[in-house]
Amino acid sequence: MASPGKDPLQASEIDLRQLERSLRKPRTMLSMFLSLVTTVLTFAALVPLFSVVFMLFYRGASKIKLSNFYELPPTAFEDGGGFGNALVGTLIMVAIAALISVPFGIMASIFLAELGSESKTASVVRFCAKVLSGFPSILAGVFAYGAVVLVTGGFSAYAGGVALSILMLPVVMLTAEEAIRMVPSRMKEASIGMGATQTQTMWYVTLPTALPGIITGVMLAVARAAGETAPLLFTALFSNYWSMSTWSPTSLELNEPTASMAVLIYNFSSSFVDNQREMAWSASLVLVLVVLVTNLIGKSLSSSGPKR
Amino acid sequence: MAYIVLQITWKASPAIQEYGAGFLTGRTWDPNTSEFGILPEIWGTLYSSLLALFIGSFFGIAVAVFLSEGYLGNFVFNVLKLFGLQFHKFWGKLPSWSESTLKNLVELLAAIPSVVYGLWGIFVVMPLLREPCNWLHENMGWFPIFGTRYQGPGMLTASFVLAIMILPTISAISRDALVAVPPKLREASYGLGATRWETILSVVLPTASGGIFGGIVLAFGRALGETMALAMLVGNMNTIEISIFSPANTLAALLANNFSEAGSDEMKVGVLMYAGVVLMAITLVVNIFGALILQRATAGLKGMR
Repeated sequence: MASPGKDPLQASEIDLRQLERSLRKPRTMLSMFLSLVTTVLTFAALVPLFSVVFMLFYRGASKIKLSNFYELPPTAFEDGGGFGNALVGTLIMVAIAALISVPFGIMASIFLAELGSESKTASVVRFCAKVLSGFPSILAGVFAYGAVVLVTGGFSAYAGGVALSILMLPVVMLTAEEAIRMVPSRMKEASIGMGATQTQTMWYVTLPTALPGIITGVMLAVARAAGETAPLLFTALFSNYWSMSTWSPTSLELNEPTASMAVLIYNFSSSFVDNQREMAWSASLVLVLVVLVTNLIGKSLSSSGPKR
Repeated sequence: MAYIVLQITWKASPAIQEYGAGFLTGRTWDPNTSEFGILPEIWGTLYSSLLALFIGSFFGIAVAVFLSEGYLGNFVFNVLKLFGLQFHKFWGKLPSWSESTLKNLVELLAAIPSVVYGLWGIFVVMPLLREPCNWLHENMGWFPIFGTRYQGPGMLTASFVLAIMILPTISAISRDALVAVPPKLREASYGLGATRWETILSVVLPTASGGIFGGIVLAFGRALGETMALAMLVGNMNTIEISIFSPANTLAALLANNFSEAGSDEMKVGVLMYAGVVLMAITLVVNIFGALILQRATAGLKGMR
């Protein structure tokens, strides 16, 4: 602090401190009060997040064992057990969903960003994708039930995969479009200037440059699909056994009801047996870790992508 | 998307022909007598979503304001001052990564699977709410909202968890809208001598209101279609009650609970498909409405720059 004699404020003709607002005026106090309220509300909003994560570790981590990852779910009067088949089932169905939605999503995003970016069709497609991304997940299940389960005549991993792919598609599409748009036009112009065709430019310049962004979209979509429960309840149903046939363990039985982590949690959450409830918590912990890690990897990739 | 709409409607057509509009106003759901009505579910869906929206938008907008007005720096500055660490005011400005970290933390709420929220709701929220809710019922039971005893699974538990789930949607979209408000408007308001909150209330929020409203509508759409947390928490009772402590049911939860048992019975499947059509119609209208508002809001702000 400067000594009072040399204070520049006193030297000037107007006392600048008069312009400072009195802290005791009602309007200032109201403003400060509202600021306080906002701060409190914001931190209160974070409480559930920490509560969920804390409870997961508190109730899930202590019971988690290595055997959980390769054993079958316990029946009501059984100790131990695990969620091995559910983990495998989730991976299988997400993989099927990704196989369907990623190629379609990327092709659609190429169309949106490059080929018809200004056309009427593109804006309609884009709008539909935005609406579809807020589409209730259970309706994707209803659709897959009608389109796959009723047609093939049974619950299956395919049906679950189709349901999940509907949820993944808009995420992949919109993120990939964003990524392709971020590719500097100079790079494309240079490629065309070298005599490359539009397809070659697409394959060798645009897509590799946009790759981190596209992978971000895929990761976010995978994270979303892995945690979905509602559409799987009546497309893949649930199974207490491995989704492999007993006779040849290498072949997958994708036409059978398939277990998944999310449905396992749902089934066991209201169980009256302690062991199964503990299992639900452990499975939740694993599922949340998988989803959060996938999410974070996806987000960190997008920030390392090319800058315009 | 058109194919999805077509497929569901086509599968629902036998039930639509059989039950017609009475399906929407019937109050009983009894597979044994083939009597189906989804009025309680429609009521439950709308009521729980609106309740969740009320709680969620309150918090969501607060988070958005906090993140867009640079409050985090102020907060850290004041906390440090409390501990006797006086920095130059310059340090009240934090690097941008700290705010984006907080934003990402809030958005992580959206990444947690809804079934985990359901589990959390059963074992954490329900015991937590029991005491205060019973107190409310005993002392303010004359008020219709608190009319029944707290039974655990019910409207309030479900809406509470639902509010947490839609909070990231509201806060993210509102924050984008608030950040897009031209700084000139803010500066002009401060220049006229307005306090920070006078500026926020009379300049910033009205300017961003289009975007915020769009975000709330989209969150409403999400709340309507949310299934698992509700199926686990809402109680699955076919009742229409004004009390927030009573169990109820929603369309999505109805679908989740009954579909796997429908089997190959065409009429049962058709009835459920019909319920799906109703849910789809509601959510599609809400979502399209929200997306349109957002599109217009961002277009309007672009012109102001």
